[in-house]
Amino acid sequence: MCHQTVSLVQVALERRGIVTVSLSVMPDITRTLAPPRALVVGAPLGAVMGAPHDAERHLAVLRRMLALTSRTDVPVVDQW
Amino acid sequence: MFPADLPLRYRFLLRTYRWRRADAVPAARLRVPLADARVALVTSAGLVMPGDTPFDLAMKGGDWSYRTIDGDADIAGLDMHHKSDAFDGAPIAADRNVAFPLDRLRALAAAGEVGSVAPHHLSFMGSITLPEHLLRESAPAAADLLVADGVDVALLVPV
Repeated sequence: MCHQTVSLVQVALERRGIVTVSLSVMPDITRTLAPPRALVVGAPLGAVMGAPHDAERHLAVLRRMLALTSRTDVPVVDQW
Repeated sequence: MFPADLPLRYRFLLRTYRWRRADAVPAARLRVPLADARVALVTSAGLVMPGDTPFDLAMKGGDWSYRTIDGDADIAGLDMHHKSDAFDGAPIAADRNVAFPLDRLRALAAAGEVGSVAPHHLSFMGSITLPEHLLRESAPAAADLLVADGVDVALLVPV
C-alpha cells in the first residue's frame, strides 16, 4: 500500500509544478501506478534507502534520484 | 516481484488489490539548476514530530492525514506510528534515514549539490487501502504547503 500512497502524493506534487522522484522496491507495482519518476532499488521494505547508518549508500541513492529530476519523458522507471 | 522480507499474506493481497492510479500529469520542469533547488522529502513511514498528533492506526481504510516535519528537526527524536506489519521496523528505529533521509539531504545541501533543505517535509502513514480522501484532500493540501514553501524538488520514500 505504501507504494500507492507515495505514488498518489507524488502525482499531486508534480501537478503543482514540483519535480518529483520516488523510490520503489516493487517494480511491477510501480509500473502499474506509473508515477512521473521512480528509482527501483533492491532493498527490504523497511529500509529502502539502505542499511542503518550506511551514509554512503543513502547519499548514492539520493544522488541517483536527483539525477532523474532532469527527465521529462515521464513516466520514467530507472532500475538500479 | 516483491522484496524478500514481504510476508506471504501481503504478496497475495498485493496481487489481487485493485490499484488506484492517479491521472497522468505532464512532467514538471526544474526552474533552477539543482545546485539552487529547494528540496523536500516525503515519507510514508508514519513519522511525527515529538508531541504531534499520532496517526490513527484504527481508522478504517487507513489514516489519510499527513504531518509536517521541520527541516531542522532532530530525526532521531521522531516518533513512528505505522499500521502495517509488512516490514521490519528495526532499521528505521535504528536510523530514521533509511526511510526519511533528512540528515543525508542536509549533507548534500552543505556540499552545494542541492540548493537548500525545505523548511517543511511531509509524513504520511503508508497503509491506506481506501485512498479517496488522500486523493481529494490531504495530498492536494500537502502539495499547497510545499508550493508555498517554494519547493522545487520532492523526493519520496515508501515504507
